[in-house]
Amino acid sequence: MSAVEDVATEAPAVEAVPKRAMTLGAGTSLVVLALLFLVPAFAKNFIVFQMTMLLIYGLAVLALNILTGGSGQFSLGQSAFYAIGAYTSAILMEQYNVNYALTLPVAGVICFGAGFLFGQPALRLSGVYLALATFALATAMPQLLKLNFFEKWTGGVQGLVVTKPDAPFGLHLSQDVWLYYFTLVVVVAIYIFSVNLLRSRSGRAFMAIRDNEIAASAMGIDVALYKTLAFGVSAGITGVAGGLGAIAVQFVAPDSYTIQLAISLFLGMVVGGVGWLPGSIVGSAFIIFVPNIAEGISKGLSGAVFGVLLFLVIFLVPHGARQVAVVCQQALGKLRGL
Amino acid sequence: MRSGAMLGIAALAALLGTDPDGALAQPTYDPGASATEIRIGNIMPYSGPASAFGVIGKTEAAYFRKINAEGGINGRKITFISYDDAYSPPKAIEQARKLVESDEVLLIFNPLGTPSNTALQKYLNGKKVPQLFVASGATRWNDPKSFPWTMGWQPSYQSEAHIYAHYLLTEKPDATIAVLYQNDDFGKDYVKGLKDGLGAKASMIVAEESYDTSDPTMDDHIARLKASGANVFISITTPKFAAQALKRLAEIDWKPLQFVANVSASVGAVMMPAGFENAQGVLSTAYAKDAADPQWDDDPGMKKFNDFLRNYDPEGNKLDLATVYGYGVAQTLVEVLTQCGDNLTRDNVMKQAQNLRDFAPDTLLPGIRINTSPTDFAPIDQLQMMRFKGQRWERFGDVMTGDVGQ
Repeated sequence: MSAVEDVATEAPAVEAVPKRAMTLGAGTSLVVLALLFLVPAFAKNFIVFQMTMLLIYGLAVLALNILTGGSGQFSLGQSAFYAIGAYTSAILMEQYNVNYALTLPVAGVICFGAGFLFGQPALRLSGVYLALATFALATAMPQLLKLNFFEKWTGGVQGLVVTKPDAPFGLHLSQDVWLYYFTLVVVVAIYIFSVNLLRSRSGRAFMAIRDNEIAASAMGIDVALYKTLAFGVSAGITGVAGGLGAIAVQFVAPDSYTIQLAISLFLGMVVGGVGWLPGSIVGSAFIIFVPNIAEGISKGLSGAVFGVLLFLVIFLVPHGARQVAVVCQQALGKLRGL
Repeated sequence: MRSGAMLGIAALAALLGTDPDGALAQPTYDPGASATEIRIGNIMPYSGPASAFGVIGKTEAAYFRKINAEGGINGRKITFISYDDAYSPPKAIEQARKLVESDEVLLIFNPLGTPSNTALQKYLNGKKVPQLFVASGATRWNDPKSFPWTMGWQPSYQSEAHIYAHYLLTEKPDATIAVLYQNDDFGKDYVKGLKDGLGAKASMIVAEESYDTSDPTMDDHIARLKASGANVFISITTPKFAAQALKRLAEIDWKPLQFVANVSASVGAVMMPAGFENAQGVLSTAYAKDAADPQWDDDPGMKKFNDFLRNYDPEGNKLDLATVYGYGVAQTLVEVLTQCGDNLTRDNVMKQAQNLRDFAPDTLLPGIRINTSPTDFAPIDQLQMMRFKGQRWERFGDVMTGDVGQ
């Protein structure tokens, strides 16, 4: 009971977001989807590849958003689940010749299991303590992947090279464009699943726990079950993102999945707006493109420039992309009123 | 009209009989090359855990500034585009694709790190873009059959380890060896080379300890290695850890015969911080001159290097081996591009890179030459052993080749 008492005295760590405000309207969603669908027609292969990575990191940020924005739990360990997903796909494809599309559900299920199990001890922790526990997971993962014991499968420090799939059914699409559409379909499917999850009974349970654990348990919600479930779902989606990432980058190695990745994903969630699912894509764009912009401004001080840009964003729009969207919506409303 | 003129030139060339290779033909270009410019791509960890190596990219940029100031290569100016990958393979792939597909560079030069380059290898070979003079000592870059578009530069870790094995087998056949190695591709490649080199005598290795770069000290590892009773200590470490190990050995009064990997043979970065008195008699190998070593003060090659630092790279630290490295590898690329003449295709770049004969960059040790062939993609495969004495290295024995069978 003591854990619950502790929580009772704390203010909720994550601001309550009503569930209607967590998504975009149907019209806007369709416009965004149409734009994403048209990208390969106008862009070079390199841009298509970048957009693929944007979607993949967007998916990983979305997963974190369900955990933090939905159930109010912090995680700095998403890179670990991303790594497990990536390695699952890579090992299945390269060592066991499994079709790439089939490796994704496997990666998702394995990561769901890993996340659910990790959620068990994590139940006893909350707020910053939970963040630290997950941080430990992220720090340990690259070393675990290097272990001699697993080397037969993981390739050890050398990593594994993955073959990029060709477009099926004789479609005349380049590998990059095919992979982009494949990723887009997976991401849209998971996005719809996530939106529905948060609108469902389980989603309401997540949010009740986020807003007040005691009230939630008084209402008959199995707090322990839903907290671990949130961890599992989040880890599972991150695992699918990791699998897609391995296929897109064609290479997995321990050094790809350091704590840096976990922090990037966390950053993406904050910039995109905690609890606002469409913001995941904006956050993903931030973590992919802003370091490039910072490098363009100064090579020697790219880290410092990135810091300044990040500071500006947090200072000017503390609620991230969600705040920008709200302002735009209001401006649009005014225009209509004229 | 145009094709007529071309035919005329071809006919003239045929008549003169002097043009078997098409040297008189129109200059030919692939993306990234033109009559005025050669675009070169590069990927470096300017940020992240390996950012100390970013110096290499800065030195190369400065070297190409020097070449441009002196008129360029066959009249063409070099545009050097260098991006940061923060030592992350996914980022390296993104930057390589940007260089190839958006910036349209002729080749990718000296990208750094084994993981990043492993990630790039398949993509660049698929695109038939040279991945030239990879900044890593892994053995896998010398594999012309599977990866004809990838070539290393420095001696491989395995060949260096072979040289130590050879030395021990001949000079100290009763050796019992303790190995400390970094738990990554560099360390593992090296240990493999050592075991291969010892062959049937691999049992001479009585203790192995690996460390991670996140370990705060080497103390525990060294205590365990000492307990093995070994009389030879091989330190396959990067500079910070090499210095820690040297110091610790002195502290616990363990005096085996010591070897330090070439990457940590720096006087400025390892021997000085460890204390010269603790480094006496340590063995290592070298292929490049150490600018901190006074014996090279009057060396013509190093004079050129010092002039370059003064005029084009005033911020460059001559005590940093990475500066010496960047200079040498950039000079090798300039040699390849000069050999290409007016035929600046990706194919010809690889052809000329396989056709280096006794080329000696200013910063390599006397007697070490760069030689390549269509079956030999290891530009530098010679090393010389050296022993630390006083405040500097003394080279001894012949320049050796560590034979690593392919």
